[in-house]
Amino acid sequence: MSTTSPVETAGAGAATYVDQRLGSNKFLARNLGKVFPDHWSFMLGEIALYSFLVVLLTGTYLTLFFKPSMVEVIYDGSYVPLKGVSMSEAYSSTLDISFDVRGGLLIRQMHHWAALIFVASMSVHMFRVFFTGAFRKPREFNWIIGVVLVTLGLGAGFSGYSLPDDLLSGTGLQIARGIVQSIPVIGTWGAFLLFGGEFPGTDFISRLYAIHILLIPGLILAMVTVHLIMVFTQKHTQFPGPGRTNDNVVGYPLMPVYMAKAGGFFFIVFGIIALVGGLVSINPIWVFGPYTPDQVSAATQPDWYIGWLDGALRTMPNLESHIAGFTLSWNVLVPAVIIPGIIFTALGAYPFIEAWVTGDKSEHHLLDRPRNAPTRTGLGVMAITFYLLLFIGGGNDLIASAFNMSFNSIIWFLRISYFVLPPLMFVLTRRICLGLQRRDREKLLHGYEAGRILRLPHGEFIEAHEPLSVKELAVITSKTDIAPIPTPQKTDIDGVKNKKYAIQSRRSKLSHFFYGENVPLPSAAEIEAGQAHVAADAALEAPLHAYEDADQISTFHGGVLHHPGMAATNAEQQNEH
Amino acid sequence: MKFLAARRRNPLVALGLLLAALVAVGGGYAAIANVQPAQASASSQTQVEEGKKLYLAGCSSCHGMEAQGTANGPTLLGVGAAAVDFQVSSGRMPLAAPGAQAVAKAPSYNEEQVAALAAYVASLAPGPAIPTEEDASFEGANVAQGGVLFRTNCAQCHQAAGQGAALTQGKWAPNLMQAEPKEILEAMLTGPQSMPVFSDGTLPLENKKQIIAYINNLQNASSPGGLDLGRLGPVTEGLFLWTAVFAALIGAAIWIGIKAR
Repeated sequence: MSTTSPVETAGAGAATYVDQRLGSNKFLARNLGKVFPDHWSFMLGEIALYSFLVVLLTGTYLTLFFKPSMVEVIYDGSYVPLKGVSMSEAYSSTLDISFDVRGGLLIRQMHHWAALIFVASMSVHMFRVFFTGAFRKPREFNWIIGVVLVTLGLGAGFSGYSLPDDLLSGTGLQIARGIVQSIPVIGTWGAFLLFGGEFPGTDFISRLYAIHILLIPGLILAMVTVHLIMVFTQKHTQFPGPGRTNDNVVGYPLMPVYMAKAGGFFFIVFGIIALVGGLVSINPIWVFGPYTPDQVSAATQPDWYIGWLDGALRTMPNLESHIAGFTLSWNVLVPAVIIPGIIFTALGAYPFIEAWVTGDKSEHHLLDRPRNAPTRTGLGVMAITFYLLLFIGGGNDLIASAFNMSFNSIIWFLRISYFVLPPLMFVLTRRICLGLQRRDREKLLHGYEAGRILRLPHGEFIEAHEPLSVKELAVITSKTDIAPIPTPQKTDIDGVKNKKYAIQSRRSKLSHFFYGENVPLPSAAEIEAGQAHVAADAALEAPLHAYEDADQISTFHGGVLHHPGMAATNAEQQNEH
Repeated sequence: MKFLAARRRNPLVALGLLLAALVAVGGGYAAIANVQPAQASASSQTQVEEGKKLYLAGCSSCHGMEAQGTANGPTLLGVGAAAVDFQVSSGRMPLAAPGAQAVAKAPSYNEEQVAALAAYVASLAPGPAIPTEEDASFEGANVAQGGVLFRTNCAQCHQAAGQGAALTQGKWAPNLMQAEPKEILEAMLTGPQSMPVFSDGTLPLENKKQIIAYINNLQNASSPGGLDLGRLGPVTEGLFLWTAVFAALIGAAIWIGIKAR
């Protein structure tokens, strides 16, 4: 006879009560047992989600005290070095949050740190998804949502950075206005429309505020919801391993394992943000002072995630052309509009481009190992290299002063590197990946090199190899070899001209570029033979192991075997004689 | 002669002689003093002589035997004692090596020698004098007003928090966190290296004192938000994010992600 504890009885009662009203039991029964695979890199997206929640919570607190107004006031708060200075209400209320609102500075710093973490973790999450090929069919739409989320993250960050109306943010806005103005034809009107007149005007902070606290967070929430629902319905991808296939998910159920893990991780992320927010200063606006258009500080930078755009602007040569009385500012248009446009378009389109090039139409739930897609991995590293160079450009003046360099030299180094380093990194990465593929093939055919040399009774020397573990075997053999698209024929058998020859030929060439040099896996029979050979090596060594295991001998430097009873040291040896 | 001889014992003669002697001494002194019009501190002729010797030995190879300047160094005519005091006592001069800009280092001359050099250069042509202690004192100056002036006139090179920053072609505006009030005042008066001159005409002494008061406030400011990361803004914040903060987050993710055994 089974007995139920009072807790179980109460729980069942509550579940029944809710189920009778919401019909939730069926939904919960179906989903609480859902299995998720385990890997630390699957938690990068969680960091983004949790830091976003912290941003929402702390942001709500800040809205209680922030005044999004550009009305001029004379500061009379408790920060003495600004007393009596005229400033906008936005800046003065941010000072109040920092110095006069209880817990205000902590919340402000948490908000800012969490925002930086939000964008950073989205970026790293995106790297993981890219390099493991998790964006492949059927997850292309979710990749696009991810790209939109990163873009929204940049917008959320920049609009927030601009709100306090301090010297840094005002300078940033002036640059943003310049970028809008550089767009041909509509630029000037666009800038006037956005700012409601000349810069800085009196409207912009309140407009930005509505965007920052309402529009962008709303869009992010909606996108995050769709993103997560899609992860749920499409199931999470998994890394290859024993028993893991494209048709199953090996892992732990949501309830209780992932509830505990994810819940715990939320508190860890929250805790780290609170710790950093409490201990490390971020954006000390009182040091920078209120914004006035006639002031600017040296070493003015945006937050890290806009740094690459700033770097592009800083390193662009000063090019302008004048057409029919109109000025085209290539020096702003190219780095701040065209390059980001290309980057984000390429990012969103990549899954479709790759699918077209490879002709791969199958569903993928098992992740790629980066080495098994050398061209993709190479492209990814190339993009990151380009990004990092732009990023360095954004901090060129601080790098110059920290390392006693001339920033003119840094700018020239970067201008050349933009064209040299990314292709170099592409080639290097691709070669490294192909090398790793060869190594994998070697392992399948010959096992691990044990680093032990054996001398066989008939005098032959061999190096001992050890067989692969079940896990490693499963991981390495997870690679699927996809044949490149064959070169098309100009005419078919009947001599009819192939109208699509040009495009098909290009596609085939790209496909060969993508897959052509891949090192194919050995056949199952070859693998079996290889591993059997390794096992035979092990068999040769077996008597030796038995000898060792019996603990009858001990080894000394020089490899001399000493049997019990034999003299172990020179002194003993002499005594014997 | 009879007229003088007859009155030589007149009681008024002593008074007249005294007057004549006073006029001679006073006039003579005034004539000599006029040679060094901008020299506020009494610099004796020996100090100038001493300074000249030091100058010829240590400075003339670049600045010329008559301080007229050469291809290797600018003229020092009219730079004033303040410029000499600033450059030599901060160790920028004599130059350690040719480069984008003179580097501050341990001074090569002691205080007396610096004063002698300053006196010599000041004796050649008028220029700004070494500020007195009273000039450099910023007691009671309005710090907030100094902040506004600092951000308008200084922050574009020295950075809003006075941390210094890079200028073009490897030049730089130095960090002000160790700068003494007198040094700052001298720099504003004489415009060393790439710095413009802020004469008392463009920026009255009262405003200079406010700026010095604000720099002093920056030097002694605590960081209410915690670790200040050098007060350099988003670059060091980003560096801290990607190293310390992200390492902690990834570490936690790996710890949680380790497969339960």
